[in-house]
Order: sequence, then C-alpha cells, then structure tokens
Amino acid sequence: MSNTPKTKVLVSDLAKSFKMHLQGGLEIPVVSSVNFSVSVGECVVLGGPSGSGKSSILKMIYANYRCQKGQILITDGDEIVNVADATPRRIIRLRETTIGYVSQFLRAIPRVPALTLVAEPLMAQGVAEDEAFERAGKLLSRLNVPERLWQLPPATFSGGEQQRVNIARGFIAHYPILLLDEPTASLDAANRAVVVELVEEKKQQGVAMVGILHDHDVRDAIADRIIDVTSFASAA
Amino acid sequence: MSLPIQSTEDLPLLQVSNTTKLYGGRIGCKDVSFDLYPGEVLAIVGESGSGKTTLLNCLATRLTPTSGSVNYRNRMGQMRNLYEMSEAERRMLMRTDWGFVHQHPADGLRMTVSAGANVGERLMAVGARHYGNIRDTATDWLGRVEIAEDRIDDDPRAFSGGMRQRLQIARNLVTGPRLVFMDEPTGGLDVSVQARLLDLLRGLVADLGLSVIIVTHDLAVARLLSHRILVMRHGHVIESGLTDQVLDDPQESYTQLLVSSILQP
Repeated sequence: MSNTPKTKVLVSDLAKSFKMHLQGGLEIPVVSSVNFSVSVGECVVLGGPSGSGKSSILKMIYANYRCQKGQILITDGDEIVNVADATPRRIIRLRETTIGYVSQFLRAIPRVPALTLVAEPLMAQGVAEDEAFERAGKLLSRLNVPERLWQLPPATFSGGEQQRVNIARGFIAHYPILLLDEPTASLDAANRAVVVELVEEKKQQGVAMVGILHDHDVRDAIADRIIDVTSFASAA
Repeated sequence: MSLPIQSTEDLPLLQVSNTTKLYGGRIGCKDVSFDLYPGEVLAIVGESGSGKTTLLNCLATRLTPTSGSVNYRNRMGQMRNLYEMSEAERRMLMRTDWGFVHQHPADGLRMTVSAGANVGERLMAVGARHYGNIRDTATDWLGRVEIAEDRIDDDPRAFSGGMRQRLQIARNLVTGPRLVFMDEPTGGLDVSVQARLLDLLRGLVADLGLSVIIVTHDLAVARLLSHRILVMRHGHVIESGLTDQVLDDPQESYTQLLVSSILQP
C-alpha cells in the first residue's frame, strides 16, 4: 500500500501585507495567522467578501506572491517543500509536476493557437505531442469550444471562450494539488456543470484542491469544507 | 580516483560571483552574483544606463570585469573561470558552446555575404566541411526561423529588420549552443514582428533546452520568455526572483515604479 501522507497542503501562521513605496511606504495588511490544511481528494473553498485576501492566499501557495511570515508546506512525492522559502528552481519544478493553477483570466500569448496553449502543460510533463493535442481537443470539445477556434490564438475570443480555454489548460494535466481562482466566473450553466464534473473527477484521482468560487451552486456542489477568510483579517 | 556520477542537470552551468565593472570611478555593475542552471532563462531588466548590457558583456567575455569571477561548466563537466582561460579557449567557447544575439543584427551578421553563408560560416567554424551538408543544415535553419528557402542566396542587406533578426538567431543556434546571450533582441521591431520573434524564441528555447541570459527593458518580454529575473538599478541588482513573483508582487520601490509604469494597451 502507498504510505503517501494524507495532508497535501499545510498553511501555518501565514501573513501577508503590501508595502506601497510609491504611496509613501503605505503598509496595507492583507491577512495574518492563516492556518489550514488540505488532504488528498479534498476540495477546500475559501469564503469571504471581495478584498478579504482569498486570492492573495491562493497566490502565496503558488508562490506568485511572497509572504511576510509563516510556512506553506507542500507534499511533493516523498518530499515536503516549504514554498515560502523554496528556490525559484524548486518552485518551477513544483509548478510543472505538483501544483496547478486555474486562473480567472487567460494570459494569451501572441500567435499561439488555443489547442497548443491547452496541450502545453501536458507536454511539459513529457506527454508526446500527438497525444497531448488529442487530449486537448477532447477537453475543449467537452467545454463546448467549437473546433473551428482551436487553431486560432485566443486573444480575440469572447470572455467566456477565453475562460473555457483557460479551464482546459488548467485541468488537462494531473497535478496532485490544484488551485482554482474563480474558474466559473463568466460561464453559463451548461459549462459550469462541466467544471463541476471536472472537479469531481480530480477528487476521485485524489487531487487536493483549494478554490475561490463566488457562484453558490458550484460552491455547494464541490466544496468539502469552507474556510472563512475574514477570520484571518489582519488587525490593522 | 573516479568521480561520482552525477547528472549535470542539477549543477549550475554558470556561476557569477561579485562581478564588478568600473569605468574609472563610475560603476558599470557592482557585486553581481547568481547561478544559472541548464535550461533556465534569466532576464536582466532595468532602464537604460542601469548596467544591464555592461553585466551581459562581462559574462560573455566581451568586457573584462574589474573584479569578481565568472565560472562556466564546459561539456566535460569541469567548472572553469572564464578569465583564467587562454584567449584561444575563450574564442573556441564563443564559437561552439555559446551564442550572442545583438540588438542590431548588423553587429552579429556579415552583411555582405548571403543568408546561407551567414549560417554556414558558424558551422564551418566548428569543423563542418561538406558543402552539401552545410547548405542543407543552413536551409533547415532558415526554415525554422521562417525565412523562405528562395532567400538563401540573398544577403541580409536585402532583408527587413525582423528577417535580419531571425537570421541572426539562426546563425547563433545552428551550432547547438548550450548558452545564449541576448541583448534586447526585440528592440526596435514593430509589435507584430516582435510577437512573431518572441513566439519563435519561446519555441526554440523550450525545444532545445537552452540556457539564456536576456537583457531587456521590456517587462512583457521578460514575462513571456524568462523563468527568473534580475532587476538592476545604478549598476546593482536590487531585486531578483521568479519572474511572475517579481512582476506581480514587487518588493523594492524601484521595481514597483517599473511595474506601475507599464502602459496597458
């Protein structure tokens, strides 16, 4: 039997503030004393109003933001990595194999077709090009992105189409940890249902997820636990 | 005694320590240290006069640093101080292991010989002698940088700025270098031409597993191409880290100013 630890993400005593040098060194506290953990196959949703620091927490786990204090421990195979002080090289490796991030907005790359954008994370994990493109096509079909768009760069797509390309890119590869930053923000009901299915499949595969979801139906359908981020509000 | 077998993937390709270049009393760059690993793309950003190009030239042995050391791991796995090598060894390195892409293609190309010869010349420098093979490889590389086959006998004076830059890239990559230096490779190009070049570079760097040190003042270029970033000001590295982290959560006052000065189209 596998003796992989059940806890995939452990956040402890995490704190974040922004220092705005261009505004005379103004210090903006975001969150402090953030403590929670996520287990194999669990989807934890961060709750709280806009501006309460949900996205900042997610971005710190992905090492997109730095933190001022605390630890973010990630289980990577048989190693435990503290994202808060890992080297850039280690973070890049974690992002290839271990932590995925489904962002709210697609960062389109000039001239790169939608299908390639979606297939890229698979190829980065060593999947052959043919298979990567085939799986990318299947996932785009599932998300109702018409085939005539696949070979076009998504810069000119509608908001909903871009987001579905982005979701496909985020969900296509297997990462033991997946971060969801409002993946359903501008989707219609049919596509929201597809995302709920995709999340369900990830859970079955044991993926640990942390998400931000404003849509109540989706949240109720996928959340195993809701953490109220306002309890981490910095005492300013 | 035999050495333990270790993959060189996990060892730095280039180790820079306390590299300093003074121009008389003025600072070109001061106390710059970093490691570069195989397959890594490092961007050096900052405004004009911040010391980016001085640093790049010190690393690429185009300028002799005033103090500090730059060590490079050769194909035999040995770490060598670039400034303790003989001139001949350094030249050999420039021809075989390294590439240097200049901002102005005219500085990196021979403008009066054909496109094919510009690429073929680098091959001959590393020992290729068979005309047919050289021409085939040159044609293949021109294709990879999207230059039509029927332009192989034209000289670069007849090329547009974007084509010249792509030719310069082909000339540098044809010998299969391990480390490529680039100085503002997209500077002075139209945005559409720049997009094409960036897309091309992005693909080549990933396919060939190249290590790259790229100097740019354009943060969007740095974001698209690089894994890591060094921010320079007045000759000093004032902030460094993962590219998206430095650009999305800049810590230093000057980096915040740079990031907030980007125009949104």
